[in-house]
Amino acid sequence: MSTTTLTREPADTAPAPSRRPLRPARVVLHVFLAAVAIGWLFPIFWAVLTSLRSYEYTATNGYVSLGGWTFDNYVTAWQTAEFGKHFLNSAYITVPAVLVTLFLASCVAFVIARFSWKTNIVLLGLFTAANLLPQQALLIPLFRLFTQVPLPAFMSDSELLYDSYWGLILVNVAFQCGFCVFVLSNYMKALPRDLYEAAMVDGASVWRQYWQVTMPLCRPALAALATLEVTWIYNEFFWATVLMRTGDKFPVTSSLNNLRGEFFTDNNLVSAGSVLVAIPTLVVFFLLQKQFVRGLTLGASKG
Amino acid sequence: MSDLPLIQADRAVPPPAATTTSTGGRGRRLRLLSRTDRVVITLMVLVPLLLVVGLVWLPALATVALSGTDWDGIGPVSEIDWVGGRNYADVIDIYPPFVPAVQNNLLWLAALFAVATPFGMFLAVLLDKELRGTRFYQTALYLPVVLSLALIGFVWQLLYSRDQGLLNAVLGTDVDWYGDPNVNIWAVLVAAGWRHVGYIMLLYLAGLKGVDPSLREAAAVDGASETSTFFRVVFPVMRPINIIVLVVTVIESLRAFDLVWVINKGRNGLELLSALVTQNVVGEASRIGFGSALATIMLVVSLVFITIYLATVMREGRR
Repeated sequence: MSTTTLTREPADTAPAPSRRPLRPARVVLHVFLAAVAIGWLFPIFWAVLTSLRSYEYTATNGYVSLGGWTFDNYVTAWQTAEFGKHFLNSAYITVPAVLVTLFLASCVAFVIARFSWKTNIVLLGLFTAANLLPQQALLIPLFRLFTQVPLPAFMSDSELLYDSYWGLILVNVAFQCGFCVFVLSNYMKALPRDLYEAAMVDGASVWRQYWQVTMPLCRPALAALATLEVTWIYNEFFWATVLMRTGDKFPVTSSLNNLRGEFFTDNNLVSAGSVLVAIPTLVVFFLLQKQFVRGLTLGASKG
Repeated sequence: MSDLPLIQADRAVPPPAATTTSTGGRGRRLRLLSRTDRVVITLMVLVPLLLVVGLVWLPALATVALSGTDWDGIGPVSEIDWVGGRNYADVIDIYPPFVPAVQNNLLWLAALFAVATPFGMFLAVLLDKELRGTRFYQTALYLPVVLSLALIGFVWQLLYSRDQGLLNAVLGTDVDWYGDPNVNIWAVLVAAGWRHVGYIMLLYLAGLKGVDPSLREAAAVDGASETSTFFRVVFPVMRPINIIVLVVTVIESLRAFDLVWVINKGRNGLELLSALVTQNVVGEASRIGFGSALATIMLVVSLVFITIYLATVMREGRR
């Protein structure tokens, strides 16, 4: 991409935005942005394209060709890699983890926002920082801990926290809480205080203030966070890789790694598998884009 | 999780004035709480706190403690011997992958910081204008942000693969982009940067939206060009977000893991600290003290930047 030659131009567009249509600088800007955007989409586009072509065709004609269209890669990938099962595993982990994270985080955030105690800042720091630590730094003790903690057989056939959905849910909740506490406490701090005064006059307990006053008002923030957290926990790779052993129990993102061996020589299958794994996040992205972006700009947009 | 939280975005803009009442009523309010209320509040804080302390902070401390021992991870805890700084000395002296790993982590940081971050910021500045189709451009750029880094490793393999990759087919070369230790770190960095740019763009877009427009108007009235307005007025005003982006970039470079792990488990040119720690724990050779020393190094570096981060966001929050 010839970015270097183009990058200087847009700087000149500042004054007189009224005469937009004919300004050459605008055209250059659009050409540049369109080129970058297309370049950015290309790897994904290429994956989709490759996944729709038969291996035999691309093996003989090379990848820089057209033809050999087929849907078989998806069928084969789905069956060989048992995607149905792995998607379900991802759901077993993601759905409870997101719900518990949002619940616990909103509890802490509520206390931090509702009361102005000196310890709140420590609490907030403790949660927020936990979310930023490198996971690998905790791996050794956690790995040992998880292999020592027994679970009843009906909870996990490993009878340990290790290699169980419970363990993964716990660790994801512990890690993700910090981010949600941070966002939610900021959001809650901006809610009008009079609400609580009124609720207290009505004799509402702290729990009712939390559940019936604060939480309904936090719906936009919760929706946005839920969108983000679903994406992040679904995408989570490290913990599932190290805290799971049974191949059948891997969530879909980390099962990808196990699949590669099977697909080793067939990029078309790999691409079909990749597209399948990407679909849930892409659906979230396109359907809930507003929530997604809102999650990122929370606190900036609300009045 | 491959993601750093996008917390920073909220802080891009000074938060709406919190309507916290003056400190006068604090004591009174506390006394107004019934016993049930106090129990409820305690539980609301305690349960999540136990989880985070138990699964994040205590393990972090345990890592530091273990780094001074010779535990093999199997023997009884009573047989653990304190070896002081020996693991650290070993890491530096007799562990060949350590130096390449540090180099690669630094390279990762340099590439994200010097190329991907400025490019993301630059795109944000362009997209912040009132443009037709800005929505399409933004969507295209941050699409990779929703993909996991593990998946990104696979997507780029389709371009990088030696026999079946597009790159070799187009360039007529025969390079194993993921396998050749001379080039693979660069190939991986392109893929990592692909995602990072969109991420930084989002952060700065939110930051730019929060810049008081009157500042720009004032600069325009004074006859400043758009470039100098940006560097002299807008960029300095975004100081908090700049610090946060810096910290995000550092932590992301330190945490980089998924991408190299799916490619070759962080060997052969793709050594990273995070991968070395993991190899020492779940790999064939379980060297607990040794792996802990590596993990402690990561921990210390990250804590420095987390502190900077917290100081920044909390200062902003109090304003």
